[in-house]
Amino acid sequence: MISYKETLLNPIFNRNPITLEILGICSALAITSKLETVTVMALSVTLVTAFSSFSISLIRNRIPSSIRIIVQLTIIATLVIIIDQLLKAYAFQISKQLSVFVGLIITNCIVLGRAEAFAMKNPPLASFIDGIGNGLGYSLVIFAVGFLRELFGSGKLFGFTILKTISEGGWYLPNGLLLLPPSAFFLIGLIIWGIRTRKVEQVEKES
Amino acid sequence: MEHYLSLFMRSVFIENMGLSFFLGMCTLLAVSKKIDAAMGLGIAVVVVQTITVPANNLIFKYLLKPDALEWIGLAGLDLTFIGLICYIGLIAAIVQILEMVLDRYFPALYATLGIFLPLIAVNCAILGGSLFMVERDYNFAESMVFGFGSGLGWAMAITLLAAIRQKLHYSDVPSGLKGLGITFMIMGLMALAFMSFSGIQL
Repeated sequence: MISYKETLLNPIFNRNPITLEILGICSALAITSKLETVTVMALSVTLVTAFSSFSISLIRNRIPSSIRIIVQLTIIATLVIIIDQLLKAYAFQISKQLSVFVGLIITNCIVLGRAEAFAMKNPPLASFIDGIGNGLGYSLVIFAVGFLRELFGSGKLFGFTILKTISEGGWYLPNGLLLLPPSAFFLIGLIIWGIRTRKVEQVEKES
Repeated sequence: MEHYLSLFMRSVFIENMGLSFFLGMCTLLAVSKKIDAAMGLGIAVVVVQTITVPANNLIFKYLLKPDALEWIGLAGLDLTFIGLICYIGLIAAIVQILEMVLDRYFPALYATLGIFLPLIAVNCAILGGSLFMVERDYNFAESMVFGFGSGLGWAMAITLLAAIRQKLHYSDVPSGLKGLGITFMIMGLMALAFMSFSGIQL
């Protein structure tokens, strides 16, 4: 039995869902051009993962394995609908910017992946903590990407000017590539390279 | 007719699901090691997408839209908030049915596509297609064209990526970048290439 602390910290650094397990990448690419949307997305995914793992773990012994995917998806979809409605009520602008990506948390593989791999076998509290840990691991990567993209792409952080751009009378020439979605691929690729240079055991073997 | 043709071209190239909206990334990266597997998954996505997007269109039009339930005498009802759960439920159900039908009547096809079908239920490109259909307010015929086109675009993306990855066997990649890292870089370059389609008006 591993400790709660390990359950929480392991997915953040050692088994990061994005850089090692290739989960939840779609949203990591599409919404990282501004830190504001990144914050909302990170928070939503962490909450959904934690609470869906918790609820699925509560009923894990009663789910027939042949229909478990539908049961899991229903629980996740319910949580996502709650988040979606909350965002529409209190943060309408951001919810418009995120457009379909809030709904796509349902198919974010981190949520279902954790439900399937962890919550189906472990007690509720451990699953809840595992969900938080994986959500934080996801948040860490998208914050890093969002930080780089907003700072060097438009010279701002959270909408506040940090590097004054030339078009506003400053000195900084923004890197337009970073505002385009493909730049997130390069950034995540470089992050993976960095991590695997330090943690050599994560390097993939030639098949 | 011209309208549908332009919608089709747009959903295949300009608004490619995989390379300009980044949907279905997880499966795109995980199943693109071998080109036959990639093509199999691609075909399965085309089939499922062509069925689910129009089906969800019907659900949206006759059950969820504001005042949609008028035909059974319940006017003034707006059920759009429950949309997400209906779409994903329908997708999961259709995938399950498709799996059973293939297993019963087309065993040869099931042998090749079967293992991919459960993966598809949780593919964001499929749910994304339905959500885009709702957001852009397509009608039934448009949603059929859009479903087929976006599925085909995604299938093309995964086949191309698998082809490039197979050629990578002959190249000397730095050890930390092997596997996932270099795949991200390739995807980035492919996405940049696909951006050249943007701005084309048909």
